[in-house]
This record gives sequence, structure tokens and C-alpha cells, in this order.
Amino acid sequence: MDFLQILSSALQQALGPTMLAYAICAIGLNIHFGYAGLLNFGQAGFAAVAAYGLAISVAYLGLSFWLSLLIGLAGAVVLALLLGVPTLRLRADYLAIVTIAAAEIIRRLGRSTTFSDYTGGSDGTRPIGSFNDSFVALNPFPQGWSLDLGIIRFTRADAWVMLVGWALVAFCLLVMFLAMRSPWGRVLKGIREDEEAVRSLGKNVFSYKMQALVLGGLFGALGGFVFALARDNVQPDTFSTELTFYCYVMLILGGAARLFGPLLGAMLFWFLYNFLVGTLNDLAGLQVLPTWLLTTTKSGPLVYVLMGLGMVLLLIYRPQGILGDKRELSLDVR
Amino acid sequence: MSGEESTASGAVAGTAAGPLAGVAAQPGVPKPDAILVADGVTRSFGGLRAVDVAHLEVQRGAITALIGPNGAGKTTLFNLLTGFDRPDSGEWSFDGRSLAGRRAHQVARSGMVRTFQLTKALSRMTVLDNMRLGAMGQAGESFWRGLIPPLWAGQEKENTARAMDLLRRFKLDAKCHEYAGSLSGGQRKLLEMARALMAQPTMVMLDEPMAGVNPALTQSLLGHVKELREEGMTVLFVEHDMDMVHDISDWVVVMGQGRVIAEGTPDSVMADPEVIDAYLGKHHDDVATDSSEGDS
Ligand SMILES: Nc1ncnc2c1ncn2[C@@H]1O[C@H](COP(=O)(O)OP(=O)(O)O)[C@@H](O)[C@H]1O
Ligand SMILES: [Mg+2]
Repeated sequence: MDFLQILSSALQQALGPTMLAYAICAIGLNIHFGYAGLLNFGQAGFAAVAAYGLAISVAYLGLSFWLSLLIGLAGAVVLALLLGVPTLRLRADYLAIVTIAAAEIIRRLGRSTTFSDYTGGSDGTRPIGSFNDSFVALNPFPQGWSLDLGIIRFTRADAWVMLVGWALVAFCLLVMFLAMRSPWGRVLKGIREDEEAVRSLGKNVFSYKMQALVLGGLFGALGGFVFALARDNVQPDTFSTELTFYCYVMLILGGAARLFGPLLGAMLFWFLYNFLVGTLNDLAGLQVLPTWLLTTTKSGPLVYVLMGLGMVLLLIYRPQGILGDKRELSLDVR
Repeated sequence: MSGEESTASGAVAGTAAGPLAGVAAQPGVPKPDAILVADGVTRSFGGLRAVDVAHLEVQRGAITALIGPNGAGKTTLFNLLTGFDRPDSGEWSFDGRSLAGRRAHQVARSGMVRTFQLTKALSRMTVLDNMRLGAMGQAGESFWRGLIPPLWAGQEKENTARAMDLLRRFKLDAKCHEYAGSLSGGQRKLLEMARALMAQPTMVMLDEPMAGVNPALTQSLLGHVKELREEGMTVLFVEHDMDMVHDISDWVVVMGQGRVIAEGTPDSVMADPEVIDAYLGKHHDDVATDSSEGDS
């Protein structure tokens, strides 16, 4: 068993494009869930709409890359409006139900053979055509170069996605930082605590919730772009409910309503996840554990069992997450 | 709460008590300068007619007490007038503008701000942030302008100064950086009232503002409510403590089973046999149940 190998590949994942895509989606979810108290269980839907918007606009419609990015973002805004208008005046759980359903519908539409001329079906958009030529052409790193960080190494293509991904993370965090220290952010936090009180002070609560849903959804869209560009493909199953729940775990692990909570959570979660996968795969190959517990086919489910156990322990011993403030949880929140 | 004090306050408030001096003590009587006028406001829950107010006027610049036994419909009337609930029928206007059908935040912006019987402190925000949230017309509350601090920093500073001023008056200034959720039940009531005042309303509607507040503080609170009247604010408040009602109010409206059953000056209302029957007879039971609610 090669621990250094497992460790370095987990580390590579913890800094790489996939983690970045998750982190950006989780930062968006932090606006929804952490600051505004909106239960969005369909962040995957925002990412999917944007990714498909980009891929289909370029590969099928033949539009320019930049215009297609705008179309993807517009798709996320439209989705936010569609989900928010009927539900944001109602109790919080309605948004949860509608978002989880909408995200699943979008994924299933992506998979369906009816639209496979546009989406490529379950294999993804690659057969329809490439959509990231313009992006690849902009890669500033020289041919044959790769990013060498000692024990880990990224290809030139990955390094370019990462440069953009980290820049997007920085941009999203900057927007969050500015927004949440402003009076606008204060209204949002007030809504999370008690929206009637905020209404009694003359704030249009519906409008603020809508703005929060759109902003967080746009971040989800940026995350969707990173998924798409990193893989040069938009596959429907990337955007399963699992994506949203990973984002929640990352957010709660790092600390909800904390600026760096989702980023820290994403890096840590994705590191641990890949470390466990690597370790269990190796252990299964070595056949040192009893077969009722671990075989090569059982290593996948066992990862989830262990991650779930970790989550339970986290909620028992540090429910506020790594960066959270214990004081807040001890308060009598009604 | 002595008789002397109430006479004194009546004299100070000559402007408010004066105009109401000649007004007849009967339900729905017109006021010389009404700021709030409600007509035919009704609301039923199932078969229960919680509010059925044929006509009610509230005098501008006066302190009006709304009393009545538990379940009389006082809170429901507050909810209707402030847009937190929809009536089955009815019209009402505030400061000359019709408010029927307006949403709660629009009502608040028009200058009528209410507090809640069950306090709504924003627990995971500091006391000071609770206060700042109360201020109206903040440039930084728009998303884009909020991103650029110079556009709102000046206003924020003014609001913070005003907030600290109010907190001092309510003896909460020492707690300004603590989470509102760490305050006692009584302190939350005070915070909610102070926060409503941050909005600089023309009229405040206080739903049982004194319930659960430390008795040592109620006296200064009463003084503060009187000051509001001096500043020209209209106050409508729900209160069960008759001494308190007698002490500070210029006018008393009595509700029973959703209707306005009596109106008048504190003295005339408390002498009204119908009121004593409908309300004062049960007074002590009500106070007992209410204070346990307030402390929860
Ligand atoms: N949301 C509601 N659903 C059903 N009944 C209600 C509701 N709100 C109030 N009521 C009923 O309406 C009546 C008036 O209540 P309320 O306005 O709270 O009285 P008060 O504030 O004078 O004590 C009570 O009988 C109460 O049970
Ligand atoms: Mg009540």
C-alpha cells in the first residue's frame, strides 16, 4: 500500500478543478442557507442549467463562447425566478421541495433520449461537439509545461482551469465579503432570524430573498462552468442531488455563515473523501480486512458509511463547523 | 402610578389631552384630528369572529391604550392594520392614505410601525445590529450600493449614533455588542421597542410592551413613552396593567369579542360598569396568564 501515493492524489484533488467547482457552488449555497436561511436543495440544478446553457449554445447552436457563458448565467437567473416567485412568500420548506424537484427534473431531461440531439443524453455533450475551444485557446501556460508542486503535479490544461477556478473563488468570496458586511447583508441575516420582524421594519422581505436566491444561484452557475470546462463535457449525472448534498456537507463542515467556511469545507471534504477512497481501494486489493466488510465492490459504499459517520460525529462534537461560532448555537433561537 | 402623577402627565400633555377633552365616551366616536381611521374591519377564523370593528379613530399625537380580555382580538386587529394579516372586509386609512391591501413593509414605510406580543429579537445578531436594521431609507440596503462602503458609511455612522442614543435610554447600551439572543425576555421587549423607534415612525403600535419587563424599568419606560408623545409621535399600545394604562394614556379603547365595546378617557372607561363587567372583573386572571407568556 502506497500511502504517499494515496496522500498526494488526495491532495491533488483537494486543490484541483473538481474541488473548485464544488467550492464555488458551496459559496453560493452559503448565501442561501448560511446567511438568508433559504433551504435550497437544488444547487445542482443551477450548475446544470449553466453548464448545459454553455455547452448547447456553443456545440449545438454554434454561438460564441462568451455569449454562451452569458446564456448559461441567464439560465440560472431564470431558474431562480421560476423557483422563487411561487415559493418565497410561503414557508421555508416549499422552496426546499421545489428546488430538489427542479434539479432532478433538469438532470433527467439531460439524460432523456428525447433531447439527446442537444444534450448527448447520459454520456454527456461530447458527441455533440466541443464547447471549450475558445477557453483552451486562451491558456496562457506554454506548451509542454506543467504545474509541479513537489509531490503533486497538474497538467497544463488543469492548471489553466485551476487558475480560472481560483480566480472565481476569490471573486465570489470578495463579493460575499462586501455584501455581507453591508446593510444589505444585515437585512439578509435579519430575514434568516425572523422575517416578520424584518418586514415590520419596512423591508421588502420577498425581494431580498429573491436577490439572495439569484446571487447564490449565479455562483452555482459559475461552479457549473468549472465542472464543464474541467471535463470538456457536460454529463447529467454530475448534477445529481449528491452534488447539492456534498455542498451542504462542505458548508456545514467549514462553518455556515462564515466567509471562508465553504472553501475550507470543500477542500477538507474533498481531501478526506479521496483519501478514504484511495485507502479503501488499496485495502480491498490487499485483502487484509474480512470480506463481509470490504471487497473491491464494497469500497464505494463503505466510503459513504464512513463519511456519514464522520458527519454525525461532527454534528455531535462541533455542530457549528470548523470556523463557526459556538456562542451562536447556544442562543435561544425561536 | 399614583393619582397625582397621572394628573401631572395629563397637564403636560395638554396638546393631546386637550383636544380629546370634549370627545364623547362612546364606541366609534370621531376624533378631532384622527391619524388612523378604520371602518368595518372584520376577520374570522373558522366560525370565530376575532375582529369586528365597525368604526375606530385614533387621535394624532396622543397615547391611546387598547385594552380588553385575552382573546378580545387586540393582536389580530394590530395584525390587520399593519398588513400582517388580511381582513375579510374593511377599509382603513393612515395619515389620509388608504392602507387596505398594503403589504406589511409598505405599511411600515408609510410611518406606522408595530412591535409583537411575542418578541421577535433577531437572536444571532448583535443588539446594535438589531437597532441599525431598524433605520429606514438606508442606501446600503440596496445590493449594488451595499458593495461600495463609501456610499453608505456616513449614513451608517449617523444611524449607529442614533441607535446608541436610544439604547442608552433603554438601558441596553452596555449590551450593544452582545447577541440579542442572550438578552432576558424583558430586555428583548425593550430592544424591540427601541428598534421600532429607529424607524422614526409617525405612529408606534406596541403589543404588550411591558409584559415581562423588570418592574424597576417600567417606570422609566413609561416616562419614555410620554416623551414620544411630547415629540409628536402617536402611540397605540396594548396593556393589561390598569395602573399603567391610567398613568400614561390620554384615551382608552376597550375591545371585547372582537368589537370595540367602550371608549373614553381613562377615568370614564374605568368607571364604566360594562367595562368592569367585560374586562376588569377578569383582570387578575388575565394578568396571571399573560405574565407567564411574557417571560417565556
Ligand atoms: N391565526 C389564528 N387562527 C385561529 N384563531 C386565531 C388566530 N389568531 C387569533 N385567533 C383567535 O382570535 C381571537 C383573538 O385573538 P387575539 O387577537 O390574539 O386576542 P388578544 O390579543 O386580544 O388577546 C382568539 O380567540 C384567538 O384564539
Ligand atoms: Mg394579544
